[in-house]
Amino acid sequence: MSVIVLLIIFSIVVALIFLIAFIWAVRSGQYDDMESPSVRILFEDKKNKDKQPDHDQENPEK
Amino acid sequence: MEGLQENTVRGKDKKVICYHCGDICQNELIVFDEKNFCCNGCRTVYEILKDNDLCTYYDLEKNPGITLKSRDYGEKYNFLDQAEIQHKILDFREENTAKVHFYIPGIHCSSCIWLLENLYRLREGIRYSRVQFTKKELFIDFDPQKISLRQLVSQLATIGYEPFISLEQETRKKQKTVNRTLLIKIGIAGFSFGNIMLLSFPEYFGFEGIDDLVIQRFISWLNVLLALPVVFYCSTDYFRSAYTGLKQHYINIDVPISLGIITLFMVSVTYIAFGIGPGYLDSLAGLLFFLLTGRWIQNKTYEGLSFERDYRSYFPLAVNRMENGFFRTVAVKDLRENDVIHIRNQEIIPADSLLASGEAYIDYSFVTGESRPVLKKRYDLIYAGGRQMGQSIQLTVRKPVSQSYLTQLWNNEAFGKKDDSQLDSMINRISKYFTAAVLFIAFTGLIFWLGINMEKAWFVFTAVLIVACPCALSMSTPFTLGNSMNIFGRNHFYLKNAHVLEKMMKITHIVFDKTGTLTPIGDGKINFKGIPLEKDEKLWISRLISNSTHPLSRQILNSFGQLPSLVDVPVQAYTEVKGKGISGNVEGHKIMIGSSEYLMPEATNGVIPPENDFNHSQVHISINGRSRGYFSIVNHYRDGLGELIRKLGKRYKLSILSGDNETERKNLQSIFPAGTVMMFDQQPDQKLEFIESLQSGGDRVLMLGDGLNDAGALVKSDLGIAVTEDITSFTPASDGIMDASGIHQLDKFLEFSLTSRRIIIASFIISFLYNILGMGFAVLGKLTPIVAAILMPASSISVVIFATFAVNGMAKIKKLI
Repeated sequence: MSVIVLLIIFSIVVALIFLIAFIWAVRSGQYDDMESPSVRILFEDKKNKDKQPDHDQENPEK
Repeated sequence: MEGLQENTVRGKDKKVICYHCGDICQNELIVFDEKNFCCNGCRTVYEILKDNDLCTYYDLEKNPGITLKSRDYGEKYNFLDQAEIQHKILDFREENTAKVHFYIPGIHCSSCIWLLENLYRLREGIRYSRVQFTKKELFIDFDPQKISLRQLVSQLATIGYEPFISLEQETRKKQKTVNRTLLIKIGIAGFSFGNIMLLSFPEYFGFEGIDDLVIQRFISWLNVLLALPVVFYCSTDYFRSAYTGLKQHYINIDVPISLGIITLFMVSVTYIAFGIGPGYLDSLAGLLFFLLTGRWIQNKTYEGLSFERDYRSYFPLAVNRMENGFFRTVAVKDLRENDVIHIRNQEIIPADSLLASGEAYIDYSFVTGESRPVLKKRYDLIYAGGRQMGQSIQLTVRKPVSQSYLTQLWNNEAFGKKDDSQLDSMINRISKYFTAAVLFIAFTGLIFWLGINMEKAWFVFTAVLIVACPCALSMSTPFTLGNSMNIFGRNHFYLKNAHVLEKMMKITHIVFDKTGTLTPIGDGKINFKGIPLEKDEKLWISRLISNSTHPLSRQILNSFGQLPSLVDVPVQAYTEVKGKGISGNVEGHKIMIGSSEYLMPEATNGVIPPENDFNHSQVHISINGRSRGYFSIVNHYRDGLGELIRKLGKRYKLSILSGDNETERKNLQSIFPAGTVMMFDQQPDQKLEFIESLQSGGDRVLMLGDGLNDAGALVKSDLGIAVTEDITSFTPASDGIMDASGIHQLDKFLEFSLTSRRIIIASFIISFLYNILGMGFAVLGKLTPIVAAILMPASSISVVIFATFAVNGMAKIKKLI
């Protein structure tokens, strides 16, 4: 039966990883704006000759 | 620009929509690149975007643009070159990298996002820009060596996205962290709730299979561990609020909630420690999870709206001051007495000053509501808050900004009014009795069982406290009011918080401001019908009507736009016949302006017959005895006002407070019921006193106003609503912001507030039923963890569902959605 203890601990640890990921996501500002990303993804760059700056993932606040 | 045709057609009747901003081209129509534009500003923006290959802007949304209200950015942003001001505005600054973020009220659609995020294609030096749509913020990385902050801001302004610049941006940052903390709390509560439930599953089904005591105890202690952050982190807000309430000898709704949380936790830990049972930790975590989620939903609605603005938001940040013979930009707060400052056309005067040079036309509409610009001569005192119309002027500062008249008004105690929402809210009144009742039942149960079974007695006592947790009770109000506020929001009426809605239910007296509230501030649309006027003729007309105080005169004057000043040209033989018209000689030409009857006797060619249209006022013009046609001005009261007043008049007392003169009294009397109090020429402090006198007479006052002149009255009244043409623009501090186009629905809003009260009462009844059921179990000593685990979430969820459906259903019936 003691294997269940192991499984419980394991499942809690997995859940904790997701919780930490969530907290990180909130802190890094991913939940600050839930509107514009949904619009942004639909933009297409028709003829983007200029190079897109490589800031894409950066949090604008920092 | 080869092959592009450009011409201007005036006075065209067909409704043509501007390709850029979507407005109807009323006064002029510019055809450019086979597209229609309503003004040169819109065309210019189009040209800029086209030259930079940014026309996708127009593909994403139809007519996404913003009309440029003022086009002269010449030196407006010079203050941004100052190092001290830059330091305050920039988020980050290094050799060739700077970061800044702006609040841009104009952001409103996906085209805006697209354009603002493609700024780097428009101007070299802008590296990267990112929009936060809900908060209307734009984050920019740029190279200050290639483009200065000033250039950046004026570039934004020229394409219609003028940022709002304030030196007090810290407040917004604080709000952001609050929101994030709440989200994290929800996350943690949800995590604990889910895991505790999962671990308690065997218990729910009475699974005795786990007879292994070690595992059972292990699971129990793991639950305690999981509940720790819920109690010590997620619930802190409730503890704090309950504590503050108790310190003021006041039981608010957070007191029973905190009591519930503490009892749940203590009892559960005791049970687990002594091996009595598994406790109620799942209920505890669930309770917090639901409560916090409710709070988050409420916050969500109100992102991006600010209700706490003060005069500083209206005033310029910097001004040109004379220093050693040169004008230099300085921050407004650094102004000292006797400084000489330079104010350009359309700028706001930041401090009480004397006019040092020239003549000034000061528009105080912003401060007093009086819509006619006031002529000021040399050495006249000009109060802060006025807007100069016309040529540049120089002023000598008499009082620093902090001591100016307007600022003093702000220091009136009304603005220091504490948020008293806690004190009179319905839920808090009920919670007092609720707490008392629960304690009474708990002790009765304890005493009753003490005689029978000692152990059972304590179990009953704690069980009552646990199950009586006012979860459903506390959630019914925020959800009902939150949903109602959403409904209002869809009708462009935004309330500051749910308590405002509660106040709305009790209003007895409605006070209207006139200018900007009952009448649009931008005046009605004006069309000239007849023989087009030459430029010189317009000048004569404008010279003549600048003598008249009639509101229609002012509107015609405004419709001419910028004309060279004609102050030097005298008007001879000026006569004014009240209610008829005016006439006079300008540069030897006899000009008559007024009704067709007024012009008739002297018109040689007859008067163009007026249309019979009560929605339009007509002002006829004749020059040297020759009738030229008339200005047709759309009736300047808001649509649906008559009907609104008729409906409101039945149920509420009405008053009008106007900073303007009495010319409109007659018109207003025809709309408002007899007995309406009408006060004209009201100063801001008089307005405030009027509200105060109504309140001391026992009335609960709803005030609708727009300008700074109403700010005092708005704050003083029980419910102050700022009316605005444009929700994104700045409104005085208030309890609610209403789009001017929705003002005719005011009666519906007030009625709906009563509906939501009924819904709240209904949800109270539901949650009381649950409580009675739960207490029944508890008093009988049958509150097993499984009963608690089912009953508590079920009551919360059903109340939430009921509130949501009831509000939306009622809104549909009342045709608000």
